[in-house]
Amino acid sequence: MSKEIAIIVDGVSKDFRLPHEKIDSVKSLFVNPFNKNRKKFEIQRALHDISFKIPKGEFFGIVGRNGSGKSTLLKIIAGIYQPNEGTVSTNGRLVPFIELGVGFNPELTGRENVYLNGALMGFSGKEIDGKYKAIVEFAELERFMDQRLKNYSSGMQVRLAFSTATLLADSDILLIDEVLAVGDADFQRKCFAYFKDLKRKGKTVVFVSHDMGAIREYCDRAVLIEKNEIVFSGTAEETAREYTRLFLPDVYSAQQNEENQKKHNEDKVRNKGKWGAGGISISKVTTEKGVFNQQKDKYILISYTVTPDKRDYEDELMLGIAIKDGAGRVVCGTNSKIAQFDKKIAITNKTKKITATWKVPNIFSEGEYSVEPAVDSVTRGELLEWWDDAIRFRVINEQNTPYVVSPAMSLTISLS
Amino acid sequence: MYLKLKEKYRYSIVLLRELVITDFKLRYKGSFLGYVWTLLRPLALFAILYVVFVYFLKIGASIPHYAVYLLLGIVLWNYFTEVTMNGVSAIVGKGDLLRKLHFPRYVVVVSGSFSALINLTINLIVVGFFMLLSGTPFTLNALWLLPLTIELFIFALSIAFLLSALYVKFRDINYIWEVVLQAGFYATPILYPISLVIGRSPLIAKIMLLNPVAQIIQDARYHVVTSQTVTTLGAVRHWYAYAIPFAIIAIFCVVSVWYFKKRSPKFAEEI
Repeated sequence: MSKEIAIIVDGVSKDFRLPHEKIDSVKSLFVNPFNKNRKKFEIQRALHDISFKIPKGEFFGIVGRNGSGKSTLLKIIAGIYQPNEGTVSTNGRLVPFIELGVGFNPELTGRENVYLNGALMGFSGKEIDGKYKAIVEFAELERFMDQRLKNYSSGMQVRLAFSTATLLADSDILLIDEVLAVGDADFQRKCFAYFKDLKRKGKTVVFVSHDMGAIREYCDRAVLIEKNEIVFSGTAEETAREYTRLFLPDVYSAQQNEENQKKHNEDKVRNKGKWGAGGISISKVTTEKGVFNQQKDKYILISYTVTPDKRDYEDELMLGIAIKDGAGRVVCGTNSKIAQFDKKIAITNKTKKITATWKVPNIFSEGEYSVEPAVDSVTRGELLEWWDDAIRFRVINEQNTPYVVSPAMSLTISLS
Repeated sequence: MYLKLKEKYRYSIVLLRELVITDFKLRYKGSFLGYVWTLLRPLALFAILYVVFVYFLKIGASIPHYAVYLLLGIVLWNYFTEVTMNGVSAIVGKGDLLRKLHFPRYVVVVSGSFSALINLTINLIVVGFFMLLSGTPFTLNALWLLPLTIELFIFALSIAFLLSALYVKFRDINYIWEVVLQAGFYATPILYPISLVIGRSPLIAKIMLLNPVAQIIQDARYHVVTSQTVTTLGAVRHWYAYAIPFAIIAIFCVVSVWYFKKRSPKFAEEI
């Protein structure tokens, strides 16, 4: 193997045998040894003829949808599964960093778990001694290391697991599954800072994900796996674009999204999630469609109707809106005062209804968003109605980033 | 190639060490007396056996230092039981690890047998304590325990390898093995002196003593406790008296290692 190549995957195929009736007791072996049905099993193809080379110091992405076989491939590179055909050769110390906190035991203290986890990754007690302090500091758990893991909060456990994993900076090749990219925002920032550090140190990293933002940001090259085969390979950017092209405008799933949204929005007609002092009610919250493509739909129009509950109701209103992402974070929001709407919005006894339409620039990252309209009384200074999760829409974004918003940004350069 | 081998070997040792230590730490975690139990358990067991067999049943009246004689047999048998029972669930019990990490699979089986070895050492110390109490003389012959323990270690470990690999496919191995161990406990002269069997049928006694565990226990008693006992060689009086138990161990060893090696690449998928 050439010195410059870290991993060679050559013609790897993998099938799983799924017996119809598993022979997992001695009885089934003896009771009916001549039953022909006993030997029937289904062969499930997991990977077919996968080949690629990864040079040293490269961040290599494996992308694909769920069930495409990408995690199986990572396990084969790690040596956990044996391929049916083909070979995998690696050059350098490889630590299969498939999951954080492998082997963590709730009955052991934080300190004991660090040593156990380290040993599982191939680091001796002496090697860990030298790094122990750094691990504890990174995890910010100095005071808790002699407590048992079961008394840790889940956030503390993840922090400890991740910090222990930083030991791996000593190995040459790292295999990282997307499960790493979970946790709260702070933790993710730490993760990503760590990846960047690995890149600077020239480690070879194999990164499995279906988050194109992460692939674009960290990987040099990537392969796209679909239906157990490599369907595309190229730079991270090209592969991410191909992935987006293949799967995002997927007509069927877009339609399904539309339908889901429609169904959700119909459910919402029943006024669930409304709260406030009352006097008026919000209804007919709509967007022009359920799925917006960030590159084509520059604006998202959101309308709702405000009607007084009683005929003689008089008030001056302030209208507001908030948009939350899938994780429940408010991405953006405003009200008529902040937006400097310069007319009075008044309800008199002549008013039947007020229809408000918000024009929101489409800056959203890919995902599902919920809209929360709200109406305040200016005269009394109280909230009349707030509607949680009144309607949902979905954004697909070919220039998606892992950040809160992904507005289309353009670049101009002047050379001089 | 040499470096690769060395690296693989190093990993196994690091892992083995940590697994054995963890296992020992976890064993009595959460109990009030903690590590004291490692001594207390055999002591309590021995006290019961002593009362039952020496005061009430008086089976071993013909054998000098019968209490120690009995304890030594029980301790060695318990070691055999512990290694093999640990072995059954070694691979399946660590399924979670096996699916997520690539490490030499034999390590988890070996670590179980080392944990049992720690227990055996503690138990043997307790037996030594009983020897002092009952006035059994110590002789240099007691050093024979070392090779005999190694023999038992190899035999028990071989079976553990076979059972752990079989258990991945056949989940009733643990029940079967429990029954085999029960039967084995009575088919081995542990609670009763072998002379009782010889009195009835010398042939059956000879066959019983060809069992490697029986051979080891009787030899250990002969060297450590009293020469007034029947060893395999003493009963059979033939060269094959030792050839057969050793051959049994060798066969188990080869078959188990072969089967384990053949199955181990598939463990992660099949668990």
